[in-house]
Amino acid sequence: MCAKERSQVADIDRSLYDFTKSEEGSERLDAGLTPEIVREISARKNEPEWMLEHRLKSLEIYHQLPVPDWGPSIEGLDMDNIVTYVKPPTEQKSDWESVPEDIKDTFERLGIPEAERAYLAGVGAQYDSELVYHNIQESVSELGVVYSGIEEALEDPKWEAIIREHFMKLITPDDHKFAALHGAVWSGGSFVYVPAGVKMDFPLQSYFRLNAKGAGQFEHTLIIVEEGADLHFIEGCSAPKYNVANLHAGAVELFVRKGAKLRYSTIENWSKNMYNLNTKRAVVEDDGVIEWVSGSFGSHVGYLYPMSILNGAHSTCEFTGITFSGAGQNLDTGCKVVLNAPYTSAHVDTKGISKGGGIQTFRSSVLVTEKAEYSNVAVACASLMLDDESRSDTIPAMDVRAEHVNVGHEASIGRIGDDMMFYLMSRGISEAEASTMIVNGFADPVSKELPLEYAVEMNNLIKLEMEGAIG
Amino acid sequence: MADALLAVQGLSASAGEKAILHGIDLEVNKGEIHVLMGPNGAGKSTLGHVLMGNPAFTVTGGSIKLDGADITEDDVDKRSKAGLFISFQAPVEVPGVPLNSFLRAIVAQHEELDLKGKKYKKRVAEIMAQLDMDEAYLNRELNVGFSGGEKKKVEMLQLLLLQPKLAILDETDSGLDVDALNVVSKAMAAYREECDGTILIITHNTRILEHLPVDRTHVMVKGKLVAEGDASLITKIDAEGFEQFGHVEETEVLRSEDDPFGGFNVEDVLADAEAALREADAKRASESGEANEAGAAE
Repeated sequence: MCAKERSQVADIDRSLYDFTKSEEGSERLDAGLTPEIVREISARKNEPEWMLEHRLKSLEIYHQLPVPDWGPSIEGLDMDNIVTYVKPPTEQKSDWESVPEDIKDTFERLGIPEAERAYLAGVGAQYDSELVYHNIQESVSELGVVYSGIEEALEDPKWEAIIREHFMKLITPDDHKFAALHGAVWSGGSFVYVPAGVKMDFPLQSYFRLNAKGAGQFEHTLIIVEEGADLHFIEGCSAPKYNVANLHAGAVELFVRKGAKLRYSTIENWSKNMYNLNTKRAVVEDDGVIEWVSGSFGSHVGYLYPMSILNGAHSTCEFTGITFSGAGQNLDTGCKVVLNAPYTSAHVDTKGISKGGGIQTFRSSVLVTEKAEYSNVAVACASLMLDDESRSDTIPAMDVRAEHVNVGHEASIGRIGDDMMFYLMSRGISEAEASTMIVNGFADPVSKELPLEYAVEMNNLIKLEMEGAIG
Repeated sequence: MADALLAVQGLSASAGEKAILHGIDLEVNKGEIHVLMGPNGAGKSTLGHVLMGNPAFTVTGGSIKLDGADITEDDVDKRSKAGLFISFQAPVEVPGVPLNSFLRAIVAQHEELDLKGKKYKKRVAEIMAQLDMDEAYLNRELNVGFSGGEKKKVEMLQLLLLQPKLAILDETDSGLDVDALNVVSKAMAAYREECDGTILIITHNTRILEHLPVDRTHVMVKGKLVAEGDASLITKIDAEGFEQFGHVEETEVLRSEDDPFGGFNVEDVLADAEAALREADAKRASESGEANEAGAAE
C-alpha cells in the first residue's frame, strides 16, 4: 500500500535542496587549522578544560596522520581553505518562531517543522557550526530522555561526567586523520540519553544544514541507549552547491546497552562539492540490537563505513544501505562489523547505483573474533550500473577466527537489462520512467526500511538523479 | 486492403549483421484472428518483437502501419499508446515493483481508458476474477518468482486491462502447458467479446487454436511468409507438418529462466554462433589450402 502512495509523489523541485542563504550576520573564523583557531572555537563554547585539551591533542594527531590513500582521491580538499567554524546569527532556540527568518525558511523548505509536528518526538536543527533549534516533546523528557546539543549538556555536571566518559572513546582521534580533525574542531551535534527501560514510540531527528561556502561541518552525535530501552534516531543532511570544496567530517558514537535497541537512519544528500568523510560507530552489549539504515546520495567524494561492534552475547546488527553515485561523484561506502561475542549475528544488505560516470564502491570488513562462536554473518551487496561510463566495485573482506560460525556472502553487479526496458515500454511506459521504475524497484528493500516520509524523499532523490540519465 | 488495422509491407529486419525477416507482407483487419505458424527458429517471435519495436532488431526495409498511421519509426512506448500490445513468451521479472504499482503506471499511460481511482480497482478485480487470480498477486513483485502459468495470467490481465486495438500473442510454447493454454483461451474470448479485439497469435502448436474462429493462417519458414490460407490450413499443418513448405531443419528449443525471450532469441544467437563457426571453418579450410604461415601457426 505504501508503494501506491509513493508512486503518487509530486514531481520534485530541484530547488528543494539547492538554495543558498546570505551569510550576513554569521561569524566566520579564519580558514585553515591552527591551535589559535582551535582555542578560539573552544573559548566561544565556554567548555570544560578537558575538552580544550582534547581538541589540542587531536590537532597534534591530525598533523601526524597521513591522508588515506586507499580510497577515492581527496586531493581537491585543501584544509587551508576550509573554514572550520561558522556561527549562525542566532543562539539555539526551542521554538521555531524565535529562529531567524532565513534559517527558519531553510528548515521549512526542508520540511523539518512539519515533520516534527507530524511524527517526531524531538528535533534538532543545525545550521553551519551551531544548533539553531532543539526541542523535545514534554512527554518524552518527562521519561528522563535527554536530547540536546552536546555543548548544552556539558553545562550540567551530571551529563558532563557521562559525556566525558563516552566522548570520542569509540572513535578516538588517532583512528584516522579526519577523526583527529573532528576531535580538534567539532561543533554542534546531539547528545541523546534514553534511560533504562524507556521505549520511545516516535523517532528523534537531527537535521544538519551546511549553508556557508567553503566551510566544514563537524557535528558530533553521542547516543546512549540504556538497558532495555528503545530508540529510533533519524539524521538528515543537505547543503547547497558551491564551486568550492566543502567538508563534512562528523562523528557518531552509539552505545547500545544490554537488551537495548537502536535504529539509526540517515538520508544524506550533501551537494556535489562536498567531501563527506564521516565516521560512525556503535558498540552493542548482550542481547542488544543496532539497526542502520543508510542512504547516501550527495557528495563529491564520500567515505562512509558505519561500524558495529557486537560485544555482548546474542547481540545483533542489521545494516541496510543504498548509495547512488551520479556524474562527478565517487562514493566509497559500506560498513564494518566486528563480532566479538558468542551467538552474535550480523546481516548486511546494500545496494549501489551508479550513472553518468559516477563511481560507487562497496567496501566492507567483517571480523569474527575467537570469542564469537556460534555466530552468523550474511553480507549481500548488489550494484546496478545505468550506463557504460559508470563504475561499481565491491571490496568485501571477511576474517573469521571462531569455530561454528555461519558465514554467507553474495555480491552481484548488473545493468538495467534491455529486455526489462522493452517489457515496460511495450506497455506504454516511457524510457525515462521505465528506468526510474527499475531503479526504484532495485532500491525498494532499502526504502521499505525507512519511515514513509523518508522513503518518499529517497524515491524523490532517485527520480531527481534519474532525470537526464537517459539518452 | 486500404483500411486494414495492421498493414505490414515488405518488412525486413535483422539482429546485428544477421538478417532474420525477409520482405514480410501481412494485413490484419479489425476483429479478425490471424495465426502465424512455423517451425522453431523461423522468425515468428522476431516478427512480433519487430512489430512492437524491440530495439534489439533493426528494420532494414518496409513499413508497418497501424490503423492507417505509419509506426515503423516509433518508439516502443508510443506504439503501445497507439494501441499495439504484445504478450511475451517469457515475461521478465522486475524486482521491487509491485504488480499493482506497475498496472497503475501503465493504465496512467493510456488516458483513453479512463481508469482512475475506484474505476481502476473495480476493473482489476473484475479481470482477476475472470482469470481466476487471487488479488493477493497485486502485492507481489512483478513476475518475480511467478510460475509460467502465473506469468501468463499477468500478461492476460494486462491485455484485458489495456484493451489494445491489436494484440500479438506470442504463444510459441503454450501448448506445452495446459493451464497456460486455458488462461490464454479464456482471455482471448473475453478480449474479443469486450472490445471486438483483433488478434495475431504466434504459435506452432495447434491445440490452442481448437476453439478459436481463425480467419487467416500464415506460415513462416526461414523468415519468409511462405503460405497463407484460412483455418483449414491449420488442419493441414497438423496432419502434414511444415515440411510441405520446403525443407525445415529441426532446431532444438532452448529454454532458460535467464533468457528474456523464451527461447527464440537463444536460437538466433545459437544460429549466429553456428554460422560464425562455419564461416571460420570454411575460411580456415581455404587458407590451409593456400599452405601459408597461418596453417603453421596453428
